[in-house]
Amino acid sequence: MSSLEIRDLHVAIDSKEIVKGLSLTIRSGEVHAIMGPNGTGKSTLSKAIAGHPDYTITQGDVLLDGKSILEQEPDERARAGLFLAFQYPSEIPGVSIANFLRAALQARLAEGEELDATAYYKRLYQKMDMLKIDRKFTSRSVNDGFSGGEKKRCEILQMAMLEPKFALMDETDSGLDIDALRIVSDGVNALRGPGLGILMITHYQRLLNHIVPDYVHVMYDGRIVKSGDKTLALELERRGYDWVKQELAAAAPAPATTHA
Amino acid sequence: MSSTSLSSPAVGTFTPEAFAAHLAAQPAHAPAWWLERKRTAHARFAELPMPGPTDEGWRFSSRETLTLAGFVPSTASAATGAAVPLLLSVEQATAALTFCDGRLVSRQALPADLAARGVVVGTLQEALRSHPELLREHFLSQPQKLGSEKFAALHAAFVNDGAFILVPKGVEVRDPIVVTHASSGAGTAVFPHTLVILEEQARAIVVDAFLSPDAPTPVGARAGAFACGANDLYAGHGAQLTYVAAQRWSLDTLSFQLNSTVVRRDARVQSLNLHLGGRQARHESLSQLQAPGAFSEMLAVTVAGDTQEFDQRTLQIHQAPHTKSDLLYKNALLDRARTTFSGLIVVDPDAQKTDAYQSNRNLMLSDDAEANSLPGLEIQANDVRCTHGATSSRIDPQQLFYLEARGISPAKARELLVFGFFEEVLDRLQHEGLHESLRQLIATRFH
Repeated sequence: MSSLEIRDLHVAIDSKEIVKGLSLTIRSGEVHAIMGPNGTGKSTLSKAIAGHPDYTITQGDVLLDGKSILEQEPDERARAGLFLAFQYPSEIPGVSIANFLRAALQARLAEGEELDATAYYKRLYQKMDMLKIDRKFTSRSVNDGFSGGEKKRCEILQMAMLEPKFALMDETDSGLDIDALRIVSDGVNALRGPGLGILMITHYQRLLNHIVPDYVHVMYDGRIVKSGDKTLALELERRGYDWVKQELAAAAPAPATTHA
Repeated sequence: MSSTSLSSPAVGTFTPEAFAAHLAAQPAHAPAWWLERKRTAHARFAELPMPGPTDEGWRFSSRETLTLAGFVPSTASAATGAAVPLLLSVEQATAALTFCDGRLVSRQALPADLAARGVVVGTLQEALRSHPELLREHFLSQPQKLGSEKFAALHAAFVNDGAFILVPKGVEVRDPIVVTHASSGAGTAVFPHTLVILEEQARAIVVDAFLSPDAPTPVGARAGAFACGANDLYAGHGAQLTYVAAQRWSLDTLSFQLNSTVVRRDARVQSLNLHLGGRQARHESLSQLQAPGAFSEMLAVTVAGDTQEFDQRTLQIHQAPHTKSDLLYKNALLDRARTTFSGLIVVDPDAQKTDAYQSNRNLMLSDDAEANSLPGLEIQANDVRCTHGATSSRIDPQQLFYLEARGISPAKARELLVFGFFEEVLDRLQHEGLHESLRQLIATRFH
């Protein structure tokens, strides 16, 4: 059983504070969704946890299995078991998906140990079949000229191959039509299990119809202001984010909520 | 006044005495013209000055480091195959020749059927006997136009042996012919040469590999080694030649590599130069498109690291209508390396419908590296399509983060992005196995 604990996290970009004291604990097997209006710090949160150099953590901590990861470089965090599914995955011309994933898996092996190429391709093809990705894609450059849906499927393929302990999925539903959304969701659902904790960041409720979360948190102005189960997402869908804003205005700012 | 003192910087190691010793070592069967050309070349070499500060063909090049002193001409060395590093392994070579310090040390013979059809993969020394007229016609017979007349003359004077490759009319050689030119390093001077003649409708893939073991001492700590090579490529009517020159000299080598390509009617030559080694390496490449339908594709990939300097001078001459040339040179610069690319497209007055392209792209991986680019056009015809351009870019930090977010170390991520940058060039090479061999050779510059 692993845990990812975000403790009173404050994150700034260019000295402007975006995340303002967020606490949340995710355990293996759990799926948490963070919902919230645009510009509220959802993407900042995921990139900061992954170690993006543009984001500065000014206060708080992030612990993986009780150990702070903030001193680790992005590649070390990834090898420790974190996976960021990007909202806008980079295009890498000239680097094939096969070589890219091979390098990523090789990086997880001990010095001098070589990846078993036959087993690797067997597993790669199996995961591609699951995500309905044409096997010809292995020799295509990473995300280069991909459609929105292809890019997101490629993210899930990487997640399937790298088997992280925790996945931070940033707006995975954005840019997907309903068919692509179904394929991506089926892929994520297939990966769900006791060994994987998921933090899904989404603006819309529709993704949560396909990937049903255990917990739903509402993020507003850099903090979690409301938490609940999947019914909270439905309520948000019905009543809109203004409902949360009005509630907040009526009361004093709610304290950050931690889910046990 | 033509006498030159023994210690003159204009001749360095390559004195009249050293040349006399070289001539004396030529075989008894060497024809008179061969020896005479050598004498003329040595006189020309001694007479020409070293590149000076105002030579336009040497703009941006370091000239104070062009020393000719302190090397041992290859005639004096007793070469063995033992010192040849196997940095480039090409599987399924049709035939192979390995030279060390200018002497043939091993060969893999052609399959009998190709030999029976008249294909020759042999040495220049053998060709002096077997194909003297072809050799005389094609060996170093093209003009030197890119600034290294002196070094071309030096090569002609001291070249001892090299590859002689002939593919007769209509014969196709599918798998690569591999020529390895090795230097044992440590003060050695070598003069590698490869001559390729493809007759009408012939096809072949020829790989030249230039290899020497890296010295254990740091770059610049001693005089290092010297390499002054040349090649002559000739593609007859409708012929198709793929030529790869993979240069991985030791990092203390001063290197010159002078290429001449002649493309005849409807012929196509693709040349790919891999520049990896050398302390200072100058590459000059001349393509002459002599008849309609001729196409020359000129490609290069350079990894410039440490304090290496790469100097690339190219000339695409369109001498006939309906000819095409396409140049793409890509450099990745690390550390404090320097590169200079200077390319010129010349279109003769009657070369209408010329289609010429020239592009130099530099990927800067260090703030201390320096890339110079001098693209140029000289067009005398009025109905042509000529484009050229040069760009410099940096590693995209978002791409770097993306790779790191998958657990790939920053160093490995950079390497992947450099390979990605080169892929556009390497991908043009049709031969899959060769492609992989070259990738592995490039990787030796990262580990």
